[in-house]
Amino acid sequence: MIRNDDLELSRRTLLGAAAFAGVFGTLMAVVPAAAEDAGVTTGPVPDLADLPRVQVELVKPPFVHAHEQVATGGPKVVQFTMVIEEKQLVIDDYGTTVPAMTFNGSVPGPLMVVHQNDYVELTLINPDTNELQHNIDFHAATGALGGGGLTLINPGEQVKLRFKATRTGVFVYHCAPGGPMIPWHVVSGMNGAIMVLPRDGLKDGVGKPLAYDRVYYVGEQDFYIPKDADGNYKTYESAGEGYDDMLQVMRTLTPTHEVFNGAVGALTGENAMQANVGETVLIVHSQANRDTRPHLIGGHGDFVWATGKFANAPQVDLETWHIPGGCAGAAIYTFLQPGIYAYVNHNLIEAVELGATAHFMVGGEWNDDLMTQVMPPTPIDA
Amino acid sequence: MATALAHDGRAALALPGLLLAALLVTIGLQSGAVSLWPAAEASLAPETIIVAPRAYAYRAPGDFLRDGRVVDGPLVAVAAPVSLEIMTYQVSAAEYARCVAEAACKKAEPRRRGSGDVPATGVSYDDAIDYARWLSDKTGEAWRLPTVAEWVFAAGSRAVDPALALEGSDNPAERGLAAYARESALGGAAAAPVARGTFGMNEFGVADLAGSVWEWTSTCSSRTTLGPDAETVSHVEACGVKELEGRHRTLMSDFVRDAQSGGCSTGAPPDNLGFRLVRVPSPLEAMLRWLGLR
Repeated sequence: MIRNDDLELSRRTLLGAAAFAGVFGTLMAVVPAAAEDAGVTTGPVPDLADLPRVQVELVKPPFVHAHEQVATGGPKVVQFTMVIEEKQLVIDDYGTTVPAMTFNGSVPGPLMVVHQNDYVELTLINPDTNELQHNIDFHAATGALGGGGLTLINPGEQVKLRFKATRTGVFVYHCAPGGPMIPWHVVSGMNGAIMVLPRDGLKDGVGKPLAYDRVYYVGEQDFYIPKDADGNYKTYESAGEGYDDMLQVMRTLTPTHEVFNGAVGALTGENAMQANVGETVLIVHSQANRDTRPHLIGGHGDFVWATGKFANAPQVDLETWHIPGGCAGAAIYTFLQPGIYAYVNHNLIEAVELGATAHFMVGGEWNDDLMTQVMPPTPIDA
Repeated sequence: MATALAHDGRAALALPGLLLAALLVTIGLQSGAVSLWPAAEASLAPETIIVAPRAYAYRAPGDFLRDGRVVDGPLVAVAAPVSLEIMTYQVSAAEYARCVAEAACKKAEPRRRGSGDVPATGVSYDDAIDYARWLSDKTGEAWRLPTVAEWVFAAGSRAVDPALALEGSDNPAERGLAAYARESALGGAAAAPVARGTFGMNEFGVADLAGSVWEWTSTCSSRTTLGPDAETVSHVEACGVKELEGRHRTLMSDFVRDAQSGGCSTGAPPDNLGFRLVRVPSPLEAMLRWLGLR
């Protein structure tokens, strides 16, 4: 049982708690891995000097950096750099703020894209303008707490991690600096996703290739913002200052905000996602902490990997799909009608009251065969 | 149809009333009897502007259908409106709080909090009606919400025509996309209420029109079906939903204090819900105004 007293931590003990996780992570790293897929080499690291190296510039979600859907050539070393930013973010249109922790300045962090058996080489930077220790746990990686045990860095430090992307799919990454720091960092915004594509691209489950014209990355985030005695959301100078209060709200398991891409309305209005009739869109959706159930109002999931792993055949023709907390999912849809589509977490209270709503603006010609208003609204006695 | 909403002056005053009023005015002016104007708690009466009559036009409110398609409402021309006495500013948070303090109004739920002399926000249509009733009781005058037609009349150049001018399209998605794009372009995120007067006066001296507060009107939501010659075939009103005026005209259920978007509601929601009232002149005042004496 954790007593409340134990959790009244100063900034310095926060750092200490994280350091503990670092040791733990190192120990875990020597535990032999379970049996793995064929194709995973064991023993010494192969000489990667001959592999081509590419440097990727990450972009802010919902956009995704340019990438090949079908890989040309063999495995590469794909280099990424992410800077951790602790910053105030406005999370709703009431002006509520969270002292956020972010990978590369955004909630969620950017979507990274590689192909199976590429090597992901991440330089993670924790500038000395930050207050807290951070690391990164890749659900796509094998060993050392997903890399968390090898990447714990203090403000003013940087670290470089390389892991082999052995399994295909979309995977969450998040900060996990130990103990009570883990959920707190995650619900302060410190999570994102990586997509590991099959080298020969996505398939429909019976061998037919699937290509997409556009890809969007939706990162769903639960926030737990404390309120003052008058019921107004509180603001904090720094994440550490808000820690004690936020923990109390977190323990209710009831988020005050459930949003896409860091804020209510981040993907609506002028930020609505765009598509055209006939275009195929891949939607990558992650939730690092809490279950969600995406639904495209007026559309469908043509091919859905609800738990996000491309070696499994996608489900087809879904209305709503379930992505468990700590997981990323992927859905492909070809738009057939123009108009405004709402893409929501179909717990509609979370969608409308807490913020988990995005919009697609879809241009193109209307298909009367698919839908027609046979009789417009007319008085009943007419 | 929508003509019922026009405040056409030619029908407003009946001749016997005119004569009686003229007589009273004469007596009143000669005797200096200011008590003819009710003055109970006059300090509560808000500052008003009298917008002088002029010919104008407004886009008829509500949804319009023609040939089974949604079309813009007709532009309704009003040749000879009566003058309109309307509050210079929106009802302020402080003014509204007095009504709450007297338990005649329910507590507002501001969507965002401003500070200083800000408009009352977070108020529903029902709240506005309560306030108008309270203010009328307190002042002994008749205060009510404006209709859409009256609001447009007072707003002048600040009124925004909701027409989309997309007639003739066979694509039922086009209007929705166009309206969405237009409302999205309004922006408005984190538009906390600001001090009254911030958005300036229009050409008639009415302040803060089409700012960060959308104003309740008394006009009901409606759907009108037009025939081949634009004649009204059917007109159905739904008075649980009222028209709001501001940076764009929109609809809201009368009990809602906090507009928000999401789910199937894909438009841009009003930032804040507030209101201003019009003062209904007594027959005597109406007479004087008609005679150009006040």
